[in-house]
Amino acid sequence: MSEDKETSLLGRKFSRRTALTLAGTFGAGMALGGGGALSARELAEGDQTVEFYGEHQAGIATPQQDRLHFAAFDLTVSKAEEIRDLMRAWSDAAARMCAGKSVGGGNDAFVPPEDTGEAQDLTAGRLTVTFGFGPTLFEKDGKDRFGLASRKPEALQEIPDLPGDNLDPELSGGDVCVQACADDPQVAFHAVRNLARIGRGAAVIRWSQLGFGRTSSTSSAQKTPRNLMGFKDGTNNIRAEDEDLMDNYVWVREGPAWMQSGTYLVARRIRMLIEIWDRSPLLEQEQTIGRHRASGAPLGKEDEYDKVDLEAKGPDGLPLIPMDSHIRLARKDQRERILRRGYSFTDGMDSKTGQLDAGLFFISFQRDPHRQFVPLQRRLGQNDRLTEYIQHTGSAVFACPPGVRRGGFAGESLLA
Amino acid sequence: MAVLGLLVLLTAGCNVDREWVASRDPSEAEAQEEMQEQAAFFDIEGSPELDAAARKYQDYVDGQSELLVDRTEGFVAAVKTGDVEEAKELYAPSRVPWERIEPIAEKFGTLDPEVDAREGDVPDRQWTGFHRIEQALWVEDTTEGQAEYASELMSDVRRLERKVDNVRLQASDPVFGAVELLNEVSATKITGEEERYSHTDLYDIAANVEGAEVAFEFVKPVVERQNTELVAEIETRFADLEREMEPYRRGDGWVSYEKLDESERRVLSQKVDALAEPLSRVGRVLSGS
Repeated sequence: MSEDKETSLLGRKFSRRTALTLAGTFGAGMALGGGGALSARELAEGDQTVEFYGEHQAGIATPQQDRLHFAAFDLTVSKAEEIRDLMRAWSDAAARMCAGKSVGGGNDAFVPPEDTGEAQDLTAGRLTVTFGFGPTLFEKDGKDRFGLASRKPEALQEIPDLPGDNLDPELSGGDVCVQACADDPQVAFHAVRNLARIGRGAAVIRWSQLGFGRTSSTSSAQKTPRNLMGFKDGTNNIRAEDEDLMDNYVWVREGPAWMQSGTYLVARRIRMLIEIWDRSPLLEQEQTIGRHRASGAPLGKEDEYDKVDLEAKGPDGLPLIPMDSHIRLARKDQRERILRRGYSFTDGMDSKTGQLDAGLFFISFQRDPHRQFVPLQRRLGQNDRLTEYIQHTGSAVFACPPGVRRGGFAGESLLA
Repeated sequence: MAVLGLLVLLTAGCNVDREWVASRDPSEAEAQEEMQEQAAFFDIEGSPELDAAARKYQDYVDGQSELLVDRTEGFVAAVKTGDVEEAKELYAPSRVPWERIEPIAEKFGTLDPEVDAREGDVPDRQWTGFHRIEQALWVEDTTEGQAEYASELMSDVRRLERKVDNVRLQASDPVFGAVELLNEVSATKITGEEERYSHTDLYDIAANVEGAEVAFEFVKPVVERQNTELVAEIETRFADLEREMEPYRRGDGWVSYEKLDESERRVLSQKVDALAEPLSRVGRVLSGS
């Protein structure tokens, strides 16, 4: 094709070169981002990036960001090597986005841009992208879909029905999960959107959840935030700096080799019955949780970090921290400790009731969900006074493989 | 250029609707249309191969517009003689050639709304075309009062045939047309809005997909030399989508769209998205890189 010959467009003369130059100008930022040169965004970034590669996946022990976009995907491919191709493409794109770069360059006027563009000019917002594999990847309806059934870890059994569950199957399960966390919701959305686009034809979104406020601290440098019940949440959470606790309760050291240094993610969509909670007296709210609302201190104490005294009795001779209070039941067995990394959410209004559809999108990481999360939640679901005010509406479990080595991809130890 | 052209198309589209609503004075409307059409068709210098693809696509579009006239004649005759059952029978098949080449028809100014507007797209007194008659047939179970709409529809599709004959299509038409056809499916058909009374949406969807596949076939040899993987990917996805639709086939036609539940519609939608994504990268042949 000749570059010089002019073509007519709207009666004006445009040469191909002009048109491509125009397109080039519009696409310049992206071209820089994609071409390996540093863009303004990358230069201004400072420490707004979290390393994607490493021994463990980011987004677990790294300090929790303010926003979440979580997506569970179902695979539509039929061969294991197609999953491998997908995970490689996803990992490459995730690494670029976490480094504050666009997923690809490209300024060809005749094709859609490779990156969807909405994160351009924003910082990386400490974006982390964490991948996990659901039980259905290994076996679904009794079928070994990809020849991976023999490699399914014992710990990756489906979460059994638990007391008080009111699960919506459309908000549960999934073959692969993507947890995108960032301080900017647009950055988190951009990550999931672009991964969904790259995955088109290989994976479809089964369900997804936005989260807008972290409900726990995963680092001792972070203040304890409040959940939508107005209470401080996560005071007693595992802190990532405590390597002994992380090794004991979070990082996997047993089961198949491909999961070593990985962890298991449990996600629960916990709807709060906001209207009911809001008309409960402060005393009832505090006795339900077992803490004072204002200070976050255990009942009878003054400071958030004061030791919880389960033996303490009030003047009436009854335990200060009620037998059915949340913190008493939650801390009954030290072997069940978990790393919580949840977010508040709202999906607007429940059109059937006119009530707010909001709550806690609970995420926890643990070495073995069936020794940690499941017994813990079973006890809570049976006895916790909090169950009057909440409903578990979604549930999923995923095996998060170890961290990604440079040049490798998430899940390489399973799929390569 | 294509991007600029598309932009013009989009803006032009908005103007058309507004102007058209304001007046349907024939001479003014026609002058308007001429302007829109000039804006809608833009030249992209093609290699001989791309030009050949454009010519083949032109033949296809010509053929479909003739078929549209033929089939619409039968449909219109049934409406005019008051044969409700026959008219219902002929309705969806008459629309098939239209749906196969819809992006081309959309370039001809007011023709698209005149033939294909749905209730509420235009003020009621200006609502004409297939869907006006569809409503009478399925909601009121009658052809009464429809003769005039039928005549108008006939003259509109004949007008389309003439216009198609007189226009020179470019390589960009099959390239972008293929994706546009799938966008039609994603935007209004998958929801069941298009054929909200007759529920014959699967006829439209299948025709959109057929039209996209034919358009792609014409440019395929050029794409093949650039990127064999892309061709393989697109072909696999076409096959996937067609396999997904197969169970809904009934004889020469399709089951009522009401038979598909929410999850079946969703899977169909996802297969369309899976196909349209790689198809949108075919545009690279136009820049020759």
